[in-house]
Amino acid sequence: MPTEIKMPQLGESVHEGTIGKWLKRPGDAVAKYEPLVEVITDKVNVEMPSPFAGVLRQILVEEGATVVVGTAIAVIEEQGGGAARAAAPGIAQPSSPAAPPATGDGGRPRAPVPPETRPPAPRLTPLVRRLVEEHRLSPDELASIPGSGEGGRITKDDVLRHIETQRASPRPSAAAAASPSATRAPSPGGDRQAPVQAAPAAGDELHRFSPVRRAIAERMAQSKREIPHAYGTIEVDLTVLARHREAYKATWQAREGVNVSLTAFLVRAAARALRAYPMVNATFTPEGILYKHAIHFGVGVAIPDGLIVPVIKHADQKGVVGLAAEIAQLAARARDGKLTLDDVSGGTFTLTNPGVFGSITSLPIINYPQAAILAADAIVRRPVVVGEGIAIRDVMHLGLAFDHRVFDGAVAMRFLNHIKQQLEGFAPAGESPEF
Amino acid sequence: MADKRFLDAIHDGLYEEMARDASIVLLGEDVGKKGGVFGVSEGLYEAFGEARVIDTPLAESCIVGVAIGMSVNGLRPVAEIQFADFIHPAFDQILSEAARLRFRSRNDFGCPIVIRTPYGGGVHGALYHSQSIEAFYAHIPGLKVVVPYTPADAKGLLVAAIRDPDPVLFLEHKKMYRSIRGEVPESEFTVPIGPAVVRRPGRDLSIFAYGLMTHEALGAAGQLQQEGIEVEIVDVRTLRPLDTKTILESVARTNRALIVHEDNRFAGFGAEIAATIAEEGFRYLDAPPTRLCGPDVPAVPFSQPFEDWFMISAEKIVHAARAVVAY
Repeated sequence: MPTEIKMPQLGESVHEGTIGKWLKRPGDAVAKYEPLVEVITDKVNVEMPSPFAGVLRQILVEEGATVVVGTAIAVIEEQGGGAARAAAPGIAQPSSPAAPPATGDGGRPRAPVPPETRPPAPRLTPLVRRLVEEHRLSPDELASIPGSGEGGRITKDDVLRHIETQRASPRPSAAAAASPSATRAPSPGGDRQAPVQAAPAAGDELHRFSPVRRAIAERMAQSKREIPHAYGTIEVDLTVLARHREAYKATWQAREGVNVSLTAFLVRAAARALRAYPMVNATFTPEGILYKHAIHFGVGVAIPDGLIVPVIKHADQKGVVGLAAEIAQLAARARDGKLTLDDVSGGTFTLTNPGVFGSITSLPIINYPQAAILAADAIVRRPVVVGEGIAIRDVMHLGLAFDHRVFDGAVAMRFLNHIKQQLEGFAPAGESPEF
Repeated sequence: MADKRFLDAIHDGLYEEMARDASIVLLGEDVGKKGGVFGVSEGLYEAFGEARVIDTPLAESCIVGVAIGMSVNGLRPVAEIQFADFIHPAFDQILSEAARLRFRSRNDFGCPIVIRTPYGGGVHGALYHSQSIEAFYAHIPGLKVVVPYTPADAKGLLVAAIRDPDPVLFLEHKKMYRSIRGEVPESEFTVPIGPAVVRRPGRDLSIFAYGLMTHEALGAAGQLQQEGIEVEIVDVRTLRPLDTKTILESVARTNRALIVHEDNRFAGFGAEIAATIAEEGFRYLDAPPTRLCGPDVPAVPFSQPFEDWFMISAEKIVHAARAVVAY
């Protein structure tokens, strides 16, 4: 009895997975719970165990391809007692464009192969059926449309995209490539190539999107497309703060059990500035500017495949030590791929830290749909004019990219100066990091 | 505009209507001297006196029966059932008398009563203080059923219900009394019984909800937007008469429908919306109309983990919405 193995749901917020590596080949026997395949998602990588004992008959999704949860990825011939699990009438048998599994086993009885060899007519939703009628799509044409829905179902978007492509001149427009679902993994064979700008030359290599990369690509493009970005940068003299921190960080570490990072000071100061300038902690909507009451502070963290922004909830209600502990915890969870959906949701403002990698001036992209993003650049020892002399000071550039629909440059610079004054005016109370 | 809690909006609606029209009376358990167990009618006894704000015995059938009698004799009673869980002794009065009076008397008598009652869980109220009852009552022709979400709607719909010539069941989610705030116009206004409202436009999926679930659905919409899924939230707000026009127009835009309610699923109100969409909006559909409802257990449980398991949260809505969009 051949049974389809489906892409499992690997967490609350995960709705698709990439096949990393098949651990069994067709024809291999698998024991119940024996690892069958490595599945990669934007949050976790797992080995998926076989749900029952049997023989792997067919691999339906190749390594590297991404499919939505619930898609059939393999067929396993179940061992013993399989007949009891007869397929319900009317349920399509595993569609197998490839030849039925070859059995090089001579005299042994062959597994029953479904008598139906003609590919079943695709099952269409009412809306898709209507679109097919309205646009007079032939069955062949319909069969050529790659389905992006669950189990490869053809959705409304698939049909509309197909019609759009047909209508367009032979050279496809770049706009079609920007459509979010245009980036689904193509079904094997026969479908149209996604529009590309230039033909690949010899040696060029197409790297398929990982879920994280795709999410970043879509969000960045959306932000730049919809939000008119404007920028401002100021210099902040961090000498006093940095010295104080150097002097006491070991003490703090011993007492609080956490490395009180400069980022924590920065978040503390920025959260206060957001209270003073609530229009920075806002979102543009067609009806007006939505001032967000809560200050949920996102901090960008680099992860192997890209970037993720865990969120410190109610950052304005937390002290430097509390912020440092939370940032450290979130960053560790981010790097281990253990962030929950809640950890990355609800942000109202974002800090990015390109300075860690040495950038001295940055023009970040706003974390859509927020109103602004703060960029902390590298702290550089610079000769600075102090009074009539020149001193060596620790200087950092602090940049703000902001949605010019929401507020103007004057507010942006006042907001930045509010942070600057707090950091430069840092007057430590004894050995405490709080200010 | 003033920023008000859900509870205050209802209180103000009652107060202003009673000040406007001397035929309006309040009756129910503890609505008078105590001002209601949730404090909704606080100060009304002092303002309008014991003849207009009446503490009743603990007998729901009597409360509704007396209200019906008052209404056919020229008064406009607003009856309060302390918790919706206890409304069922009055079921016969509501079904067999109030809802039928106009039909039975060939339009000679109306029954202009409002029955207000707090419903819903999520407040650790256990078996007798958490249930949702709308499905039983939305089934009754002749009875209007209203479930507001915003404070402004609570006031505007309550005033409309009081002025309505027929019986209206007015359901207030008790968790929203003190947790939901919103702008309420200062001047006199009503929100008509019937029309649903699109709280948030979107292109990928229509979510139909009412009461507290509208709040959760809006929360889910924010999260889904982060993933690139644009959800349209339709606050149904009147269950009967149902605004099928707005519902179908929304499905025509998004081609997908998710119906959310806290009441358990089997033969729940969501089935009515789903059936309407399937029958009248079939050709718009790119995914099956789907329901996300409370589980089919006899009551909202007491234990915290079980209650959480029962209640529909934004998180659960996000999950269900993704599945419908991926179909």
